[in-house]
Amino acid sequence: MIETEGLKFAYPGSPEVLRGIDLKITDGEFVAIMGENGAGKTTLVKTFNGLLMPSAGTVRIDGVDTRDSSVAKLSRDVGLVFQNPDHQLFSETVREELAFSLRNFGYEEDTIDRRAASILETLDLARYAESSPFVLSGGERKRVALAAVLVWNPKHIILDEPTIGQDYQQKDRLRNFIIQLNAQGKTVIVITHDVEFVAECKPRIILLSRGLVIGDRSSEDILTDGALLDRASLTRPQIGALMHELKDRGLPERTIDVYSAEQAILRALGRKE
Amino acid sequence: MGIFTAALLFSNIYALIVVFLVQLPIVAASKSWKKWAGSMRAGVLLAVLIFVMNFVFGSTFVFSAAMTLRFVTLMSTFSLFFMTTSPDDLGLALEQTHVPYTLSFTFTTAVRLVPTMALDAQTVIDAQRSRGLELDTGNFMKRIRNYIPILIPLIVSAIRRSIELAEALESRGFGASPNRQPLIVLRMKATDYLVVISTVLMIILAVYVYLYVPLPTLDIPIEMPKIFPWFQLSI
Repeated sequence: MIETEGLKFAYPGSPEVLRGIDLKITDGEFVAIMGENGAGKTTLVKTFNGLLMPSAGTVRIDGVDTRDSSVAKLSRDVGLVFQNPDHQLFSETVREELAFSLRNFGYEEDTIDRRAASILETLDLARYAESSPFVLSGGERKRVALAAVLVWNPKHIILDEPTIGQDYQQKDRLRNFIIQLNAQGKTVIVITHDVEFVAECKPRIILLSRGLVIGDRSSEDILTDGALLDRASLTRPQIGALMHELKDRGLPERTIDVYSAEQAILRALGRKE
Repeated sequence: MGIFTAALLFSNIYALIVVFLVQLPIVAASKSWKKWAGSMRAGVLLAVLIFVMNFVFGSTFVFSAAMTLRFVTLMSTFSLFFMTTSPDDLGLALEQTHVPYTLSFTFTTAVRLVPTMALDAQTVIDAQRSRGLELDTGNFMKRIRNYIPILIPLIVSAIRRSIELAEALESRGFGASPNRQPLIVLRMKATDYLVVISTVLMIILAVYVYLYVPLPTLDIPIEMPKIFPWFQLSI
């Protein structure tokens, strides 16, 4: 479980970025952290693996106060995939890139080989195993960065803006992969502005604005609340906006994904017929 | 400039101490003690490395200390200069002293990108620490090797940024016309002339002292055991 209590944080010489965050993310949950630029989303998740220590309040990972642990220890359970893969890729080959973290965590070489091979297969990167990560495309480098975190099988996985720079098909694959990870019992936390992506995944949404949590409910509740979305500089997903406009025609306003909208429209058309 | 020249000129520890102390009133006048102290802290590791390398490979204790002090003084001078001079003013000044625009632009852009690269460096460090890298464990050689996963992404990122910046500049007409018209024209004021004259006098004084004034020497008889006899230097 990831818990914060009265969490405050300020960078040196700057105003508070996190101004008192209380939240609980239970094991196996799928959560999207959303909010405007500068709301404190990335700062918040960096307190989960100890990269940043609270100025006040506490952060506990599975009952352990992050102040009583180290980044290396916390990272075993909290895997953070950074937004820009180029900020972490440095090895000669993709396989070595995956091996890097496993060696840091003290795994044996045969275990490293096995795990690296497995995750490369899972993410369709096996053919790039001996390639330099620098010659891969942007989307492929992003998958390598994701593989480099998944390889040590952390319990909680945080993805910072995973859909940026991804085409529609890649986003679709990513969505399915995230759902699969969550189905395997992993806690998955996604930081994103992509309301369309969130609408199709329907995670619990924690909405931040100016360092405070202003909403912590289901996707349907958050993504159909116009006033709340305005405060967080977000818009309704397109399906949600359409259903909002058609609510006076008997269509359910709390529909945010394509499949549910299709069903609702077909039912409405069926009623007319 | 005067302090920079004097620091490069002298190897005598007393002279270097004086040169270092001369810039302290300038630091006080700039009212940036905290920033200056912060930049000094950042160079501690390199200063220690310079001392150790000199001492281990045969230089005397005092000479090693003098070289360390020279490095600290040069670092301090650069730090003070860039803390008190905005890249825009520097670029304008270079341009109006007829330094080719491409050169002055390259220099000021490099300076302007330092904070950006510092942020990038922190992000890279965070990313690698999140993968279990521990920068402050292990022996000296391991700690040096631990910086490879930091340096490579930083260099690659810097090269990519340079290429993108060059493309963006060309797309916006950089170098299209040889006749650029500056919006602001800088003019020399009384304080500027004072600084120039002080700098020239400082350089003249430094050269005079170096050539004609016998300086006292300091001898501290601490010796490194001769671990690497084939690297002994005669200083």
